[in-house]
Amino acid sequence: MKKIIKYLQKYWKIAMLGPILMCCEVLIDLFQPLLMERIIDIGIKNNDLNFVVTTGTIMVLLSFLGFIGGFGSGIFSSTASQRAGADIRRDLFEKVQSFSYKNLDEIEIGNLITILTNDVIQVQQFFAILLRMMVRAPLMLVGSVTMTFYVSAKFGVILVGLIGFLFLLMFGLIRKAKPLFTKVQERVDQVNTVMLENLRGMRVVKSFVREDYEIKRFDKVNNDLKIAMTKASKVLVLILPLIMLVLNLGIVIVLWVGGREVYEGSLSVGQVVAVINYILRLLGSLMMLGVIFVQITRAGASAKRIGDVLESAPYINEIKENEKEFNIKGAIEFRNVDFSYNHQSNELVLQNISFKINPGETLAILGATGSGKSTLIQLIPRFYDVTRGEILIDGYNVREIPQKILRKNISIALQKAIIFSGTIEDNIKYGRPTASEGKVREVAGDAQALEFIDRMPRGLKTMLEERGANLSGGQKQRISIARALMVTPKILLLDDSTSAVDVQTESLIQKAINEKFSDTTVIIVAQRISSVLAADRIIVLDDGEIVADGNHEELIRSSPVYQDIYKSQLGEEVSVNVN
Amino acid sequence: MSTNKTGMPKFRQGRMRGPLIKGPRAKDQKGTILRLWEYMRSQKKLLLVIFSLVSGATLLNLAGPYLMGLAIDKYIYIKKLDGFGHIVLLMIVTYVGSAMLTAVMSNLNIDVAQNTVKIIRGELFGKIQMLPIKFFDTRGDGDLASRLTNDVDNISNTLTQSLTQLISSALMLLGVVVMMFILNFQLALVTVSTVPLTLLLTKFIGKYTRKFYKEQQKRLGLVNSIIEETMGGQKAVKAYGQEEKVIKHFSEANEAYKQAAVKAQILAGIMGPMMNMVNNFIYALIALIGGYFVIKDLASTGIVVAFLHYSRQFARPINQIAHLYNAIQGAIAGAERVFEILDEAPEVENMDEPIFTKHFNGEVAFHNVHFGYERETKILKDINLRARSGQTIALVGPTGAGKTTIINLLTRFYDIDEGKILIDGESIQSYRRDVLRKSLGIVLQDTYLFSGTVMENIRYGRLTASDEEVIKAAKMANAHQFIKRLSSEYNTVLSQEGNNLSQGQRQLIAIARTILKDPDILILDEATSSVDTRTEMHIQQGLLKLMEGRTSFVIAHRLSTIRNADIILVIKDGRIIERGTHSELLQQRGFYSALYTAQFKTKVS
Repeated sequence: MKKIIKYLQKYWKIAMLGPILMCCEVLIDLFQPLLMERIIDIGIKNNDLNFVVTTGTIMVLLSFLGFIGGFGSGIFSSTASQRAGADIRRDLFEKVQSFSYKNLDEIEIGNLITILTNDVIQVQQFFAILLRMMVRAPLMLVGSVTMTFYVSAKFGVILVGLIGFLFLLMFGLIRKAKPLFTKVQERVDQVNTVMLENLRGMRVVKSFVREDYEIKRFDKVNNDLKIAMTKASKVLVLILPLIMLVLNLGIVIVLWVGGREVYEGSLSVGQVVAVINYILRLLGSLMMLGVIFVQITRAGASAKRIGDVLESAPYINEIKENEKEFNIKGAIEFRNVDFSYNHQSNELVLQNISFKINPGETLAILGATGSGKSTLIQLIPRFYDVTRGEILIDGYNVREIPQKILRKNISIALQKAIIFSGTIEDNIKYGRPTASEGKVREVAGDAQALEFIDRMPRGLKTMLEERGANLSGGQKQRISIARALMVTPKILLLDDSTSAVDVQTESLIQKAINEKFSDTTVIIVAQRISSVLAADRIIVLDDGEIVADGNHEELIRSSPVYQDIYKSQLGEEVSVNVN
Repeated sequence: MSTNKTGMPKFRQGRMRGPLIKGPRAKDQKGTILRLWEYMRSQKKLLLVIFSLVSGATLLNLAGPYLMGLAIDKYIYIKKLDGFGHIVLLMIVTYVGSAMLTAVMSNLNIDVAQNTVKIIRGELFGKIQMLPIKFFDTRGDGDLASRLTNDVDNISNTLTQSLTQLISSALMLLGVVVMMFILNFQLALVTVSTVPLTLLLTKFIGKYTRKFYKEQQKRLGLVNSIIEETMGGQKAVKAYGQEEKVIKHFSEANEAYKQAAVKAQILAGIMGPMMNMVNNFIYALIALIGGYFVIKDLASTGIVVAFLHYSRQFARPINQIAHLYNAIQGAIAGAERVFEILDEAPEVENMDEPIFTKHFNGEVAFHNVHFGYERETKILKDINLRARSGQTIALVGPTGAGKTTIINLLTRFYDIDEGKILIDGESIQSYRRDVLRKSLGIVLQDTYLFSGTVMENIRYGRLTASDEEVIKAAKMANAHQFIKRLSSEYNTVLSQEGNNLSQGQRQLIAIARTILKDPDILILDEATSSVDTRTEMHIQQGLLKLMEGRTSFVIAHRLSTIRNADIILVIKDGRIIERGTHSELLQQRGFYSALYTAQFKTKVS
């Protein structure tokens, strides 16, 4: 919370103007009952018509003045809170841009989106309310009490006692409600989980005919939520009638005590009326305080989430002073690399990996599911940092190369192709927005994407929906490959990026890459043996370790693992074909 | 203050609420309100109780100031203490009664509200289970989720909280006006005359606020969509070093939003001070004119004091009604969004008395099947095929040729446009949908796992299966080995969508799930595409066992997996261009043989 309030402090000049103007409005509110008392006690008592009219007119004019104060405070508090909100949002966004993949894995993307959209707005609203209400309500509270003391010390004491009693009651209720609402939030999450799972996994639900099962599952969480919600709400809902009751009883006490004092002559009628009026105004401000409490708890949770993001340090730190000129050629070397996603656990995903490839060579990585192929590839552009050992590019440790230069020279196409909304052209040009259309067509052709793009009515200008919903898996992958080729990288990483493309097309893509990107070092992670046959070197990974290393001819002769894979895919008939 | 602000945790919502700002307008208000009423009807009696409680509490509230005026005029002002205690006691009774009624009412209110939400949400969820796949394919799940949470929540809050408030406000207003006219006709006229002024001001400001608010929402939408998209593709942003570009893009949108928001919020912020001004204005007016009346002997001091109180209670309901009007408008718009889903056409049975059967032999035939997801573009053209019981049919062809679509039709995720699909000689449309799907075992290209343990996920295939049966299925799918290596083995809890497993491992679980289902007809749509070939070879053995005696449809890019199929169908551009066994097709030297040799082409050349 503290960290978040800092954002408001930046605009303290504007922010303070709001409360100051608000004071003006509150003071006028407080003056009204006092003037009323004078009308009763002086004007009416003495039958002084002139006094009544003058005082009444002053009251009317003051009400307008109060509006100006209130309006002005609104301008400043809105301005300050919106600006602070925009700053928070921008800082969050920039922070996320500095995150490493590990940060992103830890704070899930979905959460990040909620924090940036929803939580920031919550905090922003809280600021606005804080600047307006936080001043108004306590001011009214203090003012009413002071004015009451001014009118009659006895009533002042009564009022303070009442307020103290009320606060105790409210705090008691809120304390009781808090754990209940934590439970509600848990149940809300449960309902959301079941719901989202069903929306996303509907094909599975339907194909297993599990509709009834899912409905039952949902009924349970739905009912749990209802019970928790009802229980929690029923506590909080008591606050309002309680405030009203206590203060109304206060009015009755004032009337009772006041009536006797008027009888004894120690108090005037006007004074009694004024005190009653103050209590009424107090009622309003106390209710407002109730709203603020709720806002604080809600904004508090949001503020905490925002703070967590802002405070989490990026796992990958840049070595700053490196101004050296890096002219990357594309030699890659792994030296005894160990890697684990979680430093606490000793579960190594990669173990003692060492290999070296020269610029322009092609390395293929084969291996069983979960053997660490994708992980290996992601270490090269420093999406993650190695746990032990080192990775060298052109002899430099990747940690020494500025990330910008590193990623400019390395291009990666993922198995799950990421598509942005926009045209196909925008998507391909992503890494190089200034590229000409001719160049876009060229790389699209290399990626064998042109064939289907040109069949679309608007060609390259076809708008893609979010996540490329209007493309097939293979089409998305080909666009992603075109995007990777667009930047003419020195190192090209293909992370099983043709898994949804048919064999024939895949071999065409490979051919294009071999011919036109002969200077580029290529690392291919693949499932099909056909994808790796032409590689200069093939590495077979098993359980995070290299179990075979060499080119196809060598491996087919010497490596039983490789032979195993080969046979599993091509079978005995292959030999007939090859010969 | 409205009670719904007291801490009901809102479901995540991105929409910002400003006071007195019109939300989205409902299209058919009357119809929507009537439908909403249907949900409340079952709780009619409870509602009736609530409304009478509200009325009671309001009346008691009204009595307060009247009694106070009486106390001042009849006792305090003329310094009479005799009987003063009675009137004070009466006031206490009034206030305690009002508070109690309010408390009871609020309690009941919560029951009604939460029950209604539960009913609507449950109904929505049930409906979603009945909708065709097309619905999910064409809609973002974010939109659907927000309808299920935000909108339903919004409806219930408004329905109950706002409705009672509306009633209490209206009653209060009416009561105050009546009381004022009874007490003093002229003063009442003065007070009431401020109503048009209030309404005019509200309307005037509302008009401008709406304009700016709309602009604000538009820009906020842009900001949010940039956030969602950038975060969604964050890894790609980093991979291509586009951080600075997206920051710049975002900052511009953020700045534009800020400017619009400041304007909108300032205007919206006028409402509070303005209502305060109106209050003070009425207060001052009554003091001025009331004082004049007292001196002219047209009213008593007590009446003026009572008026001062009523005036405060007078402006509030007007203000509240204006607020509520907007809240209700918003809820009705939300209700429409909810009803829109409830009104979606469900998957229907095409026959009055669909066929029920426990077992299929597995004879599958397609006769002249045509199909397109959209009317204009046909994906499948004139598909004919016949699979005898127990045969394996392989579908081969380039991406986008229509292989998955054939599966979508067989499972009736989509219904065909023209032609016929028969199982055991009967059109699939004549079977009960659940019967059909129960007999089909499908392993999809995109595996989907649910949160829960590995055990639960496999058991999804047959809920009654014992632990031993689950493990047996996992062994058959070759998933047992890696499951054993997980931290809690079969009791390992998978995070949402099984993110802590690799793509291939997830697929193995999905295969085990299908093995457990023990279907009559098996459909493997790229089931092993993310599994490496060695693992695949192991699964193959399991799958082969599974395919034994069952009609199976297999889609695969890897031709090695389908060489043993009884019939291979080569599909291109929505048509079957070649058919036959592996060796027949190789001899034809057509598309298939080209495709097949492509796997070794690099090597051969």
